[in-house]
Amino acid sequence: MLGDDIDTDVIYPARYLTVLDWTEQAQHVFEALGPQMQSKVREASVVAAGWNLGCGSSREHAVTGLLGAGVRLVVAKSFARIFFRNAINNGLAVIESPALVDALAEGDELAVDLTAGEATCRSGTLQFAPLPPFLLGILRQGGLWASVRGPGVAAGERQ
Amino acid sequence: MSGRTMAEKIFSRMAGREVRAGEFVEVSPDWTFSLDDGIGLIEKYLAAHGVTTLAHPERIVLFYDHYAPADTPLHGTIHRNGRLFARRHGIFRLHDVGDGISHQVATETGLVQPGQVVVNTDSHTMTIGATGALGMGIGASEMAFLMATGKLWFRVPTTLKVNLTGSLAPWATAKDAILSLIRTLTARGATYRIVEFGGEGLGRLDMASRMTLCNMATELGAKSSLIEPDACTAAHFAALGRTELPTLVRPDSDCRYDAIHPLDLSSVQPMVARPHRVDNVVAASELHDVAIHQAFLGTCTNGRYEDLVVAAGILKGRRLAPGVRMIVTPASREVYRRAIRSGVLEILADAGCTVTTAGCGACAGMHQGALGDQEVCISSSSRNFLGRMGNRNALVYLGSPATVSASAVTGRITDPRELTTH
Repeated sequence: MLGDDIDTDVIYPARYLTVLDWTEQAQHVFEALGPQMQSKVREASVVAAGWNLGCGSSREHAVTGLLGAGVRLVVAKSFARIFFRNAINNGLAVIESPALVDALAEGDELAVDLTAGEATCRSGTLQFAPLPPFLLGILRQGGLWASVRGPGVAAGERQ
Repeated sequence: MSGRTMAEKIFSRMAGREVRAGEFVEVSPDWTFSLDDGIGLIEKYLAAHGVTTLAHPERIVLFYDHYAPADTPLHGTIHRNGRLFARRHGIFRLHDVGDGISHQVATETGLVQPGQVVVNTDSHTMTIGATGALGMGIGASEMAFLMATGKLWFRVPTTLKVNLTGSLAPWATAKDAILSLIRTLTARGATYRIVEFGGEGLGRLDMASRMTLCNMATELGAKSSLIEPDACTAAHFAALGRTELPTLVRPDSDCRYDAIHPLDLSSVQPMVARPHRVDNVVAASELHDVAIHQAFLGTCTNGRYEDLVVAAGILKGRRLAPGVRMIVTPASREVYRRAIRSGVLEILADAGCTVTTAGCGACAGMHQGALGDQEVCISSSSRNFLGRMGNRNALVYLGSPATVSASAVTGRITDPRELTTH
């Protein structure tokens, strides 16, 4: 569980931008918040945060580092726009729902149906607005590249 | 049906049909910029997906700004690989070490024109909105995707208009104005939206000031920021010999804004954002007890010639306070050359400033100017996040070039009017 306006410098410091391997990136996720938060995120598959998660830089490492750490779903009251794009484009599921964040407690188990917009946690079942089908499609196939992988792109499709 | 905003018009042109806020569109941007800090990742994605030919190499521009010149063999190798990448793919626009920050170079050379769409692996790409172009930051995997396919998805955003009135008082700057706005609207005040600056007060702001406003709309969470082209825009391009511009995109008078926010420039005071949030803003005069170790003048927010001139005006005939270092990083080679020719750099050097290669410099703590433990920096940059300048045990305050320079003279955070009125 994270607070509001968690920025990309806190999620992933700029001095490790040359690290390309997701698992290695995971070692630096939340470095600014200290080792306790770092070990917590490596044990979690869901991260919950307040408003404006991922504000700041365009660095994709903030998303792929979380994926490298084993995170599969991020729930936030709202997302900063580039973080939101990077998440969908890399196949990291996102739910934007203030009510769900408020209903969650640390250590909760969470079951979600992204298409139906339904989440069940210890305090009950909640509805949330699902992503538009267009974005769900990208997410379901594992990200932007996976969604279009085919001979056209592999050969360098031209318009 | 109401009229259309600038953003709706620009996206309509890109989509080839009339679109409105909220619609998803696939667009093929006019320009695709990539930077040294992202090129390695982009190459990795392209290789992983077997892409050997790029869709539009003629629209791609590479900039070495985030760690140039290279400080480590790894960064040096990434630079080398980027040059080879450009050669292999027929990318003939590469701004190498010392040319400067992408947004600055793209604006001052007239590469980007009003109404064009630019995507860049940099969140501050909206700086170019000062000329009426739409700049958006994206991540590296979608940049690689765009390079391969020539296309990318966007949601057409709504627009928040900032209505500027009045004029800035002496020693109050566009930086102070945008910090005041961020204090009011908060770091998420414009999330997913376009911030459009307009109103009668706009006419009195020069291109450099407009770039500072558009640049820091990023810190409001904006998708992008725009300024309607006017006489100042025309003069900017005329000075570059570009008199024939594409049809200028303007908002319809009856277009629908999400909100209209007033900003009276006359009431703006020198402001400072305290650690570790850009919206944690107070008057500079309230922070006179904060001692500093480093002053940093530069970046895409405030590294322009006009900013260096302001610094020279304060530092002329003065010296930096004992124990304070001041790093000056021109935003581009052109800024650097102008500052040499006019004598501005000599004044700054005489005062004790350290002048570095043009580029992003110390802003993100990636290759120089990193802070030591428990050190304090006053910076003209746009972000003061925890760990931003390379050290999570350091503090970064944000202010205007005038406030940065005045603080460097006194050794504590200083409202520039304290030094300039007597």
